[in-house]
Amino acid sequence: MVNVGDSRMIKDQVLEEKVFFVNRALLKQYADASGDQNPIHQDEAFAKSVGLPDVIAHGMLTLALVGKYVSEIAGGSANVLELGGRFTKPVIVPADVDVDLTVSATVTEVEEGKISLSLTATSAGVKVLGMAKAVIAS
Amino acid sequence: MISPDSIGRTFPGTESITISQSEIDAFCAVVGESNTSIAPPTFSIRISLEQSEAILTSPGVGIKWDRLVHGDQKFDIKRPIKAGDVVTCASTIESARVVAGNEIISVRSDISAGEELLISSWSTLVIRA
Repeated sequence: MVNVGDSRMIKDQVLEEKVFFVNRALLKQYADASGDQNPIHQDEAFAKSVGLPDVIAHGMLTLALVGKYVSEIAGGSANVLELGGRFTKPVIVPADVDVDLTVSATVTEVEEGKISLSLTATSAGVKVLGMAKAVIAS
Repeated sequence: MISPDSIGRTFPGTESITISQSEIDAFCAVVGESNTSIAPPTFSIRISLEQSEAILTSPGVGIKWDRLVHGDQKFDIKRPIKAGDVVTCASTIESARVVAGNEIISVRSDISAGEELLISSWSTLVIRA
């Protein structure tokens, strides 16, 4: 990973992507850690009964993993000043497989003391976040 | 539908929540964060979304939570949460509009430790028709 502590970022620089793996066990772990026990994230029959293709990941799990990516870029989560995005498509998590969440970033602005990033997150080639951005301390 | 007089209203957080190391540890474990001395950037959703649910589903506001989809989310972090912090969360219903029968509600949550504002976050919640 590029780290602001040891390399200077420049505008339009594309940062190294990171791949997270998401499976049903991680969804259960996130449900317990976050308190969000909505069955669409754990119960396949329920998810399908409300018109979803399968169990889907919590949007906020996606953003939590993106937050980890940004924390690494920033040289630690203490340097993450802003983070956000729109949940445009679900991360679909079938039973017994690991699906990818592939995250990357482009530097959009370098100012005194802070750097703005545009973030991209895809799963199985589908863009799952829109308008995703972060600001980190430099 | 949301009660019109609740739009623009701020619901002060009356409940003080003491943050435990174990809940930060559990959140860090999900994302693979080894530094557990502070909470990860999105940890506060644990507090703000629960509070938003309590407010929006209260009889005076009238939202049906089981039709809810999370539309977008943003965090502005002044100071990360850490274990031992005693926080309150104030929620403001900033706007509500209807698009194609879906009700779109924007809620701002301000998490403070005493007088110190730690995190402001914005949630767009979509209540499906």
